[in-house]
Amino acid sequence: MDLEPLISKAKMASAGKTGGWRNYRPVVDEELCTTCGVCTEYCPEGVIVNGKIDYDFCKGCGICKEVCKQEAIRMVLE
Amino acid sequence: MIYPGNASCQGCPISLAMRCLDEIENPVVAMPAGCSTVIAGLHPHSAMKLAVVHVPFASTPAVACGLSEGYKKLGIKANVIAWMGDGALDIGFSAFSASAMRNDDIIAIVVDNEAYMNTGNQASLSTPLGAKTTTSPMGKRIARRNVGLITLAHHANYVATATVGYIQDLRAKFRKAGKLEGFRFIHVHAPCPPGWKFPSEKTIEVARKAVMSGAWVLYEYEKGILEFSAVGKKFLEKKNRIPIAEYVRTQSRFALSDEEIARLEREIDEEIEILLRFKKPRDSNS
Repeated sequence: MDLEPLISKAKMASAGKTGGWRNYRPVVDEELCTTCGVCTEYCPEGVIVNGKIDYDFCKGCGICKEVCKQEAIRMVLE
Repeated sequence: MIYPGNASCQGCPISLAMRCLDEIENPVVAMPAGCSTVIAGLHPHSAMKLAVVHVPFASTPAVACGLSEGYKKLGIKANVIAWMGDGALDIGFSAFSASAMRNDDIIAIVVDNEAYMNTGNQASLSTPLGAKTTTSPMGKRIARRNVGLITLAHHANYVATATVGYIQDLRAKFRKAGKLEGFRFIHVHAPCPPGWKFPSEKTIEVARKAVMSGAWVLYEYEKGILEFSAVGKKFLEKKNRIPIAEYVRTQSRFALSDEEIARLEREIDEEIEILLRFKKPRDSNS
């Protein structure tokens, strides 16, 4: 029996472009950002790296804003 | 180990813990139904970068054990993970307990959001005293079951508690468990924004306040000796702890009287007292 069709394939956007879920958009102040990487560690999606955010998939939870020690991230209404 | 664009809620601690699976080499996951299944995605798509076997609730540790033994026979190196929520742990507890006693070569990871969140927030055995769920609308009147202590009582090979609030500590424990052999249990505290009723950006703050108040104690138990984790060590002393009321206030799910808050404080002291006994080697622990 060919089991291949029964096996799910890993891919980005298995639930679509989740950026559309966002109410608030995180915006990084590049002058304050020291690229320390704390936001990268704590982002549940893994979409913020070196202060660059993938807005296609960022759900806008705001965790990056909370954990940022430089207070370099603010949340802006979409 | 998880792609963006998955189905997790905003501020989800489980998706955060899943990202940390990249610390474990050659992972294979056995996953029962729960929030994790939803996050892993609907057929024919998967959000997970690793092999996932979806299994019935009660069988999770049994399937993981079978996979692990099978891989051994085939000469394939694999770290088989039984990835459960607190619901699957409730339902599959006998298999979990037996697996710990047999010292199966698996990693059992429980992401504990303290209720059955995927089905709409019913009380689980991990739900703490006073938490409102759909099956305890006035606040739960029974204390939570402490799975960490139960697994310690099994004298399991490796037991650790972790939290998404201290991600480096969590990653270190995943890394360590991935290098060990035998039964390894990691209990991950996972504050759930919609279920515990707090804003999604507060996941980390709530998780840290649980540690700071003593509601979640971080430790590792290996070779029969317990060690408290460095990040949470200072909160073992009562004077360094924040009042449990401060942790309770961060969430809208709690309905607690003053006596019950005092009871929670007392139970924290009791838990730490029991844990301290495991700091001595087992032979002298009579």
